[in-house]
Amino acid sequence: MEFLRDLFRFITERKKWWLTPLIIFLLLMGLLIVIGGGSAIAPFIYTLF
Amino acid sequence: MKILGISAFYHDSAAAIIEDGVIIAAAQEERFTRIKHDSSFPSEAVKFCLNYSAVSINDLDAIVFYDKPLLKFERLLETYYSFSPKGFKSFITSMPVWIKEKMFLKRMLNEELEKIEEYDKKNIPLLFPEHHLSHAASAFYPSSYQKAAILTIDGVGEWATASICLGEGNTIKILKELDFPHSLGLLYSAFTYFLGFRVNSGEYKLMGLAPYGNHNSDDVAAYVEIIKSKLVKIKPDGSVWLDQKFFNYATGLRMVNEKKWEELFKMKRRSPESELEQKHCDLALAIQLVTEEIVIKMAEEAKRLTNAENLCLAGGVALNCVANGKLETEGVFKDIFIQPAAGDAGGALGAALAAYYIYFEKERKIGDSMDSMFGSYLGPEFSELDVEFVAKKYKAPFKKYDSNLELSKDVATLLTNDSIVGWMQGRMEFGPRALGARSILGDPRNKETQKKLNLKIKYRESFRPFAPSVLAEDCKDFFEHNGTSPYMLIVKPVNEDRRNKLPDDYESRTIKDKLYFTRSDIPAVTHIDFTARIQTVHKETNPNYWELINEFKKISGYGMLVNTSFNVRGEPIVCTPEDAYRCFMRTEMDYLVINNYVFDKKTQPEWEDTDNWQEEFVLD
Repeated sequence: MEFLRDLFRFITERKKWWLTPLIIFLLLMGLLIVIGGGSAIAPFIYTLF
Repeated sequence: MKILGISAFYHDSAAAIIEDGVIIAAAQEERFTRIKHDSSFPSEAVKFCLNYSAVSINDLDAIVFYDKPLLKFERLLETYYSFSPKGFKSFITSMPVWIKEKMFLKRMLNEELEKIEEYDKKNIPLLFPEHHLSHAASAFYPSSYQKAAILTIDGVGEWATASICLGEGNTIKILKELDFPHSLGLLYSAFTYFLGFRVNSGEYKLMGLAPYGNHNSDDVAAYVEIIKSKLVKIKPDGSVWLDQKFFNYATGLRMVNEKKWEELFKMKRRSPESELEQKHCDLALAIQLVTEEIVIKMAEEAKRLTNAENLCLAGGVALNCVANGKLETEGVFKDIFIQPAAGDAGGALGAALAAYYIYFEKERKIGDSMDSMFGSYLGPEFSELDVEFVAKKYKAPFKKYDSNLELSKDVATLLTNDSIVGWMQGRMEFGPRALGARSILGDPRNKETQKKLNLKIKYRESFRPFAPSVLAEDCKDFFEHNGTSPYMLIVKPVNEDRRNKLPDDYESRTIKDKLYFTRSDIPAVTHIDFTARIQTVHKETNPNYWELINEFKKISGYGMLVNTSFNVRGEPIVCTPEDAYRCFMRTEMDYLVINNYVFDKKTQPEWEDTDNWQEEFVLD
């Protein structure tokens, strides 16, 4: 819950409402990864991390 | 008021703790885990900081992480969006890390800290200053300036890749920022990659290679022209615009578009570890010259915006000591302070300081000393018991000294007899440089020292130079530098009267022939272009090291030693007496000095450790 509150505050402050659907989609994807137990391997270039 | 700062999850994780604005302890995680540039949560560094300052997590007034994860995530999403459909592969590779871990950084930090000890997380604020604010704070608050311009330059933080700030009293005001994907740090890293070195660790090799380029050659001029006309537009205020069609870092898994670069520079990307050719050196020189031009322009803009007398520098690009030296010579500012841990590790310290002065609005008191970094000797130290434990474990004979002066006299004699000595004393350095607490030392007058250190002790590329540790009061006798350089972050020329005349055919010689030409009366520390990366040694911050160099001076007449970090290639600098002993036994070092114990290689039992550092440490 704290995360969602922080996220809401962040989007409000930055006025980046257009990012909301993308973030929700990614969070749902994240949920699938967690449920599926998939691994998250970082790519090597640090700008992407 | 006690504040813990943390940097992690990107590269060079670290922790730092401050108490009422005073820096108590700071260390990089790599020193404990023995994994170079370790990016994992710095559990060991946090434990060390807490133990050293004798506080538990519940005693802390705040825990501060060095950047804003959501802002970084915003940058990632917007970058992918603006480049789409390009970058899809990179997008699906990087997103799982974010949506599984990095977006939930608060929870991750809490979980990791709870593994160290249980604490009441509701009562301790968890703060997230911006990445470049953390860098700016790490440079300004420890400096001795009441007012200063602050310039931070690195690869990228959240959005910013460089910033100009004004520091005044306990405040830092951000005046100007340069945003991703336009980045001087990433431009330099792109060349690091193209020339076959590792991104995020090989940048200093590129800097060391640049002087082998031929200043008078048309090739260098042509490369500079290509860089400035095709790759990067440099504006009068020092901001840069990188033509993204030549780069791949924004959306891909590599730094550059190799095919386009090969067409541009008419050479193939150099494979790692392959032979270095003159064209590689010329290209390295070209990007170094462009970098210096940009840094100086940025500093001039900082001066114009702030009208301050002094400058504070931080961010990975601030580790480019050649650019720092040129900037100092330009005289844009009266004085310059560079944070010794200028890279991301220093962000941990900056984050803690930013919280103390900006979030908690505490008063800033400036002491009489050069700065408040305590010589950057902020890491762990070890007792006699620890040293004797290691000696017992390895059945290692040693000689113990009761007097520091006697120890210094004897070690100085060994050094004048061309011995190479591992020197471990007191608290470990914070930051990438060994400053006489975890160093390998040699005689700067001996022309064989560089070869021996590179090939038989460090096992690294022969072209790489070594730095001098010089008594602060003797610096101007050797170098064209009137100020101090306590953190080895400034490169300056060796005095003219110490240089040897170059032969007429010098420029046409091979890299190796140039390297082994005796350039001055201190050949081991005189780089190919007659410069040196100076460390001035001050009695106030490291009395033992100062005394050793002073004793060396009494015998040799030279108040200077060769100083290189105590490690082999790819290994983090040693931390404990055991790390030091293992490194000593695996290499051709002649003596090891830990505190007041001296180990002579000739009397040590045969090293039975079958492991091989070349397999243990990934080459950098």
